[in-house]
Amino acid sequence: MANLDDLIGADNPLYEKRKGVYPKSVDGFFRRFKWAIMAVTLAIYYVTPWIRWDRGPHAPDQAVLVDLANRRFYMFNIEIWPHEFYYVAGLLVMAGIGLFLVTSAVGRAWCGYACPQTVWTDLFQHVDRFVDGDRNAQIRLEKAPWGPEKIFKRLAKWSIYLFIAFWTGGAWIMYFADAPTLTVDFWTGQAAPVAYATVGVLTATTFIFGGFMREQVCVYMCPWPRIQTAMMDEKSLIVTYREWRGEPRGSVKKAETQPGAFGDCIDCNQCVAVCPTGIDIREGPQIGCITCALCIDACDSVMEQIGRPRGLIDYLTLDDVATEKAGGTAHPTLKTLFRPRTLVYFGIWCLIGLAMLFTLGQRTRLDLTVQHDRNPLYVQLSDGSIRNNYTVKVRNMETRQREVELVVKGLPGAVAWTSTGTRETATDRVKVSVAPDTVQKVRLFVVAPTEGSARTDFEIQAVALTGNERGDSDSVRFERPETGQ
Amino acid sequence: MAKKPGDDTQRIDQPTGTAFVGHEWDGIEELNTPLPRWWLWTFYLTIIWALAYVIMYPAWPLVDSATKGMLGWTSRGQLAAEMQAADVKRAPLVNALAAIPVEQLVADQKLYQGAVAGGAAAFKVHCVQCHGSGAIGSKGYPNLNDDDWLWGGDIAAIHYTLTHGIRNPDHPETRVSAMPAFDGVLTPSEIASVVGHVQSLSGKAKPNAKGAELFATNCASCHGADGKGLREFGAPNLADGIWLYGGDKATLTETVKYSRQGVMPRWNDKLDAATIKMLAAYVYSLGGGEATPAAAAPAAAPATMEAKAANGQP
Ligand code: SF4
Ligand code: SF4
Repeated sequence: MANLDDLIGADNPLYEKRKGVYPKSVDGFFRRFKWAIMAVTLAIYYVTPWIRWDRGPHAPDQAVLVDLANRRFYMFNIEIWPHEFYYVAGLLVMAGIGLFLVTSAVGRAWCGYACPQTVWTDLFQHVDRFVDGDRNAQIRLEKAPWGPEKIFKRLAKWSIYLFIAFWTGGAWIMYFADAPTLTVDFWTGQAAPVAYATVGVLTATTFIFGGFMREQVCVYMCPWPRIQTAMMDEKSLIVTYREWRGEPRGSVKKAETQPGAFGDCIDCNQCVAVCPTGIDIREGPQIGCITCALCIDACDSVMEQIGRPRGLIDYLTLDDVATEKAGGTAHPTLKTLFRPRTLVYFGIWCLIGLAMLFTLGQRTRLDLTVQHDRNPLYVQLSDGSIRNNYTVKVRNMETRQREVELVVKGLPGAVAWTSTGTRETATDRVKVSVAPDTVQKVRLFVVAPTEGSARTDFEIQAVALTGNERGDSDSVRFERPETGQ
Repeated sequence: MAKKPGDDTQRIDQPTGTAFVGHEWDGIEELNTPLPRWWLWTFYLTIIWALAYVIMYPAWPLVDSATKGMLGWTSRGQLAAEMQAADVKRAPLVNALAAIPVEQLVADQKLYQGAVAGGAAAFKVHCVQCHGSGAIGSKGYPNLNDDDWLWGGDIAAIHYTLTHGIRNPDHPETRVSAMPAFDGVLTPSEIASVVGHVQSLSGKAKPNAKGAELFATNCASCHGADGKGLREFGAPNLADGIWLYGGDKATLTETVKYSRQGVMPRWNDKLDAATIKMLAAYVYSLGGGEATPAAAAPAAAPATMEAKAANGQP
């Protein structure tokens, strides 16, 4: 049996030690865009739970809140109840289709700019530069033996990592409880154990994934790059090296002595140095590329310095690369963005969104569901009449107590009562009082004469006596013995 | 398995620039695309985790037991702890139920609803064998959903029946009544006349004078002159549409000939007082329940009934 060294050793590399990635800082259009997105996404993440929203006395005044204990989801003036979970499902479907849309249009742009793993990795890389210095200093320090300076810098860096990681975990739990209260509870040891556990887990994962795993998460752990290869095609805009223009590589000096023999790439390796996943884009499209376009910024500034046209590395479709190689010109960017495939994704995405908005506008704040009890289907009473039982759920989604009348409609001779009454008090309408923001479960007994068909469909209506909103109704069935015997 | 370096592991696959591992199957060669090393460490961690698990928890089956594990965990122990936790959770309901007289239970809606839920669960354990899962009963076992009650359908009466049962010979407080068997007392043709009369009470047959007369002398003392029954004796209403054993001629003949003596266990021997109250609340909630009579004294009834039963004759 092979010993341990054989399995993980350098001369039989079945397993590879992570190669350090020390991306060089870069400036340019895409870098600035990345800064902007990072600022916006982080701000949204950290600030959102602190936005207040007045909903009156019966509901929390946090704008975005996932209230697991009371099973409510608040998002500004939208309030989602558990039975309306399809809105959340709809949002998830939209997120999925949105990802398809973005990927088919501009490749792994989600990965390059907006994915949390990318945003926090980027943040941590800035921490690296802040503490250790830029690429070369980082490499030097990594190679240096452990000494006071290295120990100090490492401790400083990891402390900042840990601080950011903790802040990240802390922000997450704010979405699940009133943020100011939870903050106080958290620091006074009053918060729920699950809050501490969540912060602990998220701190640990942020610290490890953002601080140490970085591109390993994107390449080995994340399933999305595998799916993405199926979502992209030769018409997707991806970060591409214009090989026909760059090769063969040669320095500026060589190109001057032998004009025409060399391409535009001067093999300065700047594109590799800035890459946050440590790959060489000149080797062609590869799974490690997150389409962040930092290499475009790097190469463009090199081209500018040596006075050659920009765009040696560029957002370009594989189709266009072939066209250019054959001497043609690439499609205009807009035309590559608006093609049938992306338009279809966009159409579906919009349809789902519009459908959700429509139902959101249509929904009532008084909801009724009626279930016919199946066991027994009906009960024969001593005077010969037939009783059916129903489990009625009245949801009062307003923040005040409401009186609701349940009305039996379309069943001749029928009267109803609930478990608080008896048959003597039965009429065709029963009053129930529903507390604010609750579901009231009512057992409704409906009695009708024996005569009539074995199955009669009728309606139970909920009429709001307080509040001016329209009610709801549910169609149910009344069962009788087949022969009337 | 792994070949030592020096052979074709140094060869490079031109299109990918990756080295070969040196394995070949049917002309397909394996390229060396190394996994990250943390992957390997993660794998080792899972092995350590598994070993720790095996040491901490019961794992290896032995001949008639299994290794105990270091934490002393058992599934039985966990169940016991969960049951105890459930009891603790139930305690407020149980205590509140113990404190409240059963007649007042319905008025306390919150407690009542809790009792109904608990009763529904208890019913499924103790009562469905006779009354069915929907409490719908069957021949000889009353349907508890309907509004026909032999001994009373207010919650106190139901509670009394549940507590003391029906026809428990060794229990003085049980509900007792005895219908005499008329085989031999009446001739078969007389019995047929009585049956005819009983059927006529609910409009199933034409009235007959002979049956009415026999009914008045033999049956009316318990079932009432109009056959509407008497709660006091648990005598069923014969004039309604509900028949415990059946309202057809053959069944009625059998009933009159040999009488019926249905029994129900008394639950105070088996269940705690809170559970019985829960069951009473559940049965009451099924929809056939009656309002509690203002000055009902359900506990007073059995003595007189027993006296009647002891006489053997109504
Ligand atoms: S190759 Fe360029 S676009 Fe791809 S990850 Fe590296 S820097 Fe970003
Ligand atoms: S930055 Fe541009 S010029 Fe420099 S190596 Fe990369 S592709 Fe070539």
